[in-house]
Amino acid sequence: MVTQSEPKENVEEDWEPKILAFLCNWCSYAGADLAGVSRIQYPPSIRVVRVPCSGRVSPYFIIKGLMDGWDGVLVSGCHPGDCHYLTGNLVARRRFAILKELLEFFGIEPGRVNFMWASAAEGERFANLIKKVTKIVKELGPNTKFAKKW
Amino acid sequence: MDIEKENKKIENDMRDIARNLLRDKQVDVIIGYAKGTVPLSSAPIMITKEEDVDKLIWNNLCYVNLAKYLVPKIPQLIDPEKGALKVGIVSKGCVGRALIHLSVEHQINLENIKMIGIPCNGIINRKRIEKEIGEKEILEMSMSGKDIIVKGRDFERKFSYDEYINELCKACKVKSPPRIEDFENNCIGECQEISSIDDDFEDIADFESKSTQEKWDYIKGELQSCTRCYACREACPMCYCNLCFVDQNKPIWFEKTTEISDIISFHLIRAMHLAGRCVACGACSSVCPVGIDLNFITRKLEKIVKERFDFKSGIDYNKLPPMMDYNMNDKEEFMLEED
Repeated sequence: MVTQSEPKENVEEDWEPKILAFLCNWCSYAGADLAGVSRIQYPPSIRVVRVPCSGRVSPYFIIKGLMDGWDGVLVSGCHPGDCHYLTGNLVARRRFAILKELLEFFGIEPGRVNFMWASAAEGERFANLIKKVTKIVKELGPNTKFAKKW
Repeated sequence: MDIEKENKKIENDMRDIARNLLRDKQVDVIIGYAKGTVPLSSAPIMITKEEDVDKLIWNNLCYVNLAKYLVPKIPQLIDPEKGALKVGIVSKGCVGRALIHLSVEHQINLENIKMIGIPCNGIINRKRIEKEIGEKEILEMSMSGKDIIVKGRDFERKFSYDEYINELCKACKVKSPPRIEDFENNCIGECQEISSIDDDFEDIADFESKSTQEKWDYIKGELQSCTRCYACREACPMCYCNLCFVDQNKPIWFEKTTEISDIISFHLIRAMHLAGRCVACGACSSVCPVGIDLNFITRKLEKIVKERFDFKSGIDYNKLPPMMDYNMNDKEEFMLEED
């Protein structure tokens, strides 16, 4: 997906983004765990919130996260068809599709909100995708546009 | 075509149908439009007696979506003995769509409802006219041929009808209520058979091609004047939650300030909630006291739902709305993949 990068203003050289990550309990959280125990290196930019299923993630969480000043939000769940609750991630996918388009329409950088699938056996993939997300958000710079000012 | 004559004809047909319905006791109450108390407005009215039928009017200022008065149930429409009253409702295209979608969501029972279908000829964007006039007071508005004539104490101005109707009405392809198979007898008057509609969303595609910063500046400029009065929500036929997310205070998800990100999050989440449900009636932007053009969000929603899920609310009666459904084969081009 093409993400537009905007000119950064006064960003320090060593600035690292803070990304709020919602990982589903059954796949992605275990995938993150696997990446950890396999000692695969990935940037320390994500802060993990464990949710029962990616279907639990409401658009409120994502928008509230951006308003609270997180530089990016990531939601990760099981691959379609592998959901522990059978269809949770399929329902979530529709929601995310609409949210992503609306955010873009409202002029919020599309790269701030990302969605991915990672199974419990994909430690390598999880680490690679975190690297990618971190890169995308780093290019966008700190979240000053949508964060609440007062 | 002379708009004034067209309106008169619609009005007379509508009154005849309403009179017959009340006389034959097919309905107990008729919901329609009446003359507004101030210029450039109309008011909703409930009629139970045959002799009051002449109070019903139709003009290009009937912007309220009457389906709003059916959900949630109001005491005027419930009889203590008989239960729910039979309702006749004056339906332009978008009111018909709203009724059908509310029935899909199991909020109303179409068996109790008779739609008095009228071929709507577009609603005037009164906010734009008010803006053009400025601070002078408008005392009278009339139609003549293809022109809107606005009169005040010491001025008279002409506006072109084609230009000053709502953007949504310009793009509207459902002028009179759609007829659905299961409830064929529920639509009297002008009803249309709708098989497929090809919408074009050029205006939205134009906006989408702008850069992120340009879009943000536009949205910010447009929504900045929002006072969070929630008139848009109150006018919306699809906003019938018992407790709206902005009124909820345990927990407080979104604060009630007029800080720009609070305003934007309200409109963003409201748009989210209306995805696949919005019937594009334009009532929200017609009632906005500060004249925010909410129609472009409406159009975007229609575009997303049409392109992603091939759904049009209020017309696809036998299809589940996209947000109530799921499909293994949905597009997922937005998901992150490894390089």
